[in-house]
Amino acid sequence: MIDATDVFKAFQPHRGDAIVTTSGTVGSHWANVSTKPNRDLRLGSSMGQTVSAAFGVALGLPEEQMVLFDSEGALLMNLGALASIAGKAPKNFYHFLLDNEMYATTGGQPVPNAANIDYAGLAKSVGYASTHHFTDLEELVTSIGEIMKEEGPVFISIKINPEVQNLPMALRERSGGRSRIETIRNFQKEFGIASV
Amino acid sequence: MVQQQAEILRPETLISEFKKNGVTHVVTIPDSETNYLYELMVKSDWLDVVPVSREGEAPSTALGLNVAGQTPVCLIQNTGMMEAGDSIRGMALDAGFPLLMVVGYRGWTRRGATPDTVARYTEPFLHALGIEYFLVETDNDSARISEAFELARSTKRPVVVLIGDEYHGFNR
Repeated sequence: MIDATDVFKAFQPHRGDAIVTTSGTVGSHWANVSTKPNRDLRLGSSMGQTVSAAFGVALGLPEEQMVLFDSEGALLMNLGALASIAGKAPKNFYHFLLDNEMYATTGGQPVPNAANIDYAGLAKSVGYASTHHFTDLEELVTSIGEIMKEEGPVFISIKINPEVQNLPMALRERSGGRSRIETIRNFQKEFGIASV
Repeated sequence: MVQQQAEILRPETLISEFKKNGVTHVVTIPDSETNYLYELMVKSDWLDVVPVSREGEAPSTALGLNVAGQTPVCLIQNTGMMEAGDSIRGMALDAGFPLLMVVGYRGWTRRGATPDTVARYTEPFLHALGIEYFLVETDNDSARISEAFELARSTKRPVVVLIGDEYHGFNR
């Protein structure tokens, strides 16, 4: 098991100019590691749909590397998206899955069949160009640079330590940071895309 | 017979409206009524067809395309539109982008009464979400499609075009 923050720190030196978005509770840690916030996007708002929005960005900007740090609870809510992505096969799409085997944001209940799902195997069987699975930080650190040179869609499943939240939503500390629309407007300015 | 043929919405008309309004991508799940339309779209080299596995993926994929500066349309059926409720809420209504959704109106009849419950719930569903919509039955209604595009652009909201007869004229 690996801490999510260590995953982000391992990825950061190999980011280049990639666009990055995240889903799930631990995704918020990325903002503390990123050095290119105008290339970071917040896309989520509906259950399990960040993966599809990231897929749309990848299709719309095929010359840019699109990186998604997904979570297994979110992916299970939209598992067909794997087939949709494999079908269009965007070469610029890098799909990391941070798998803590639970819904950490709702108190740590296990996702269905939590410990027994081979997500990288799923991605491979639907047609991702390349898949990887990591449980060890050192292996991830030594591999991630080469993975970012691969042709997508690439799927990287990583077992991470859970960060369980038990407080009712109203009592939780707000993570702060930019709103979704702020990240989108900053992003579009960075890429010279006219806001519609 | 000639008169009857004139009173349908031809798939070519819909594609012409897409081109006129600068559509770049169609995010879609083909349904039983739209195969010829699908074939025409795939043959259109200016249009990128993005097949998805479930309708909830359509508004979110479209949001990503919008963020990237593209002009997507969602092409789904009313059954799938209801499945996509949370995605329409979070990825379209709350997102602040224009989005045209072309929705096959399964079960629709001019008589009003229909045994198909999906038709009974289609317009109440749109009313509940506060989504404006236009009914398009034949080529004569095609101007409503551009009108819907314009409303989506001016309000930065999703707007629905309900295809009342799904391109064949059988439902009347």
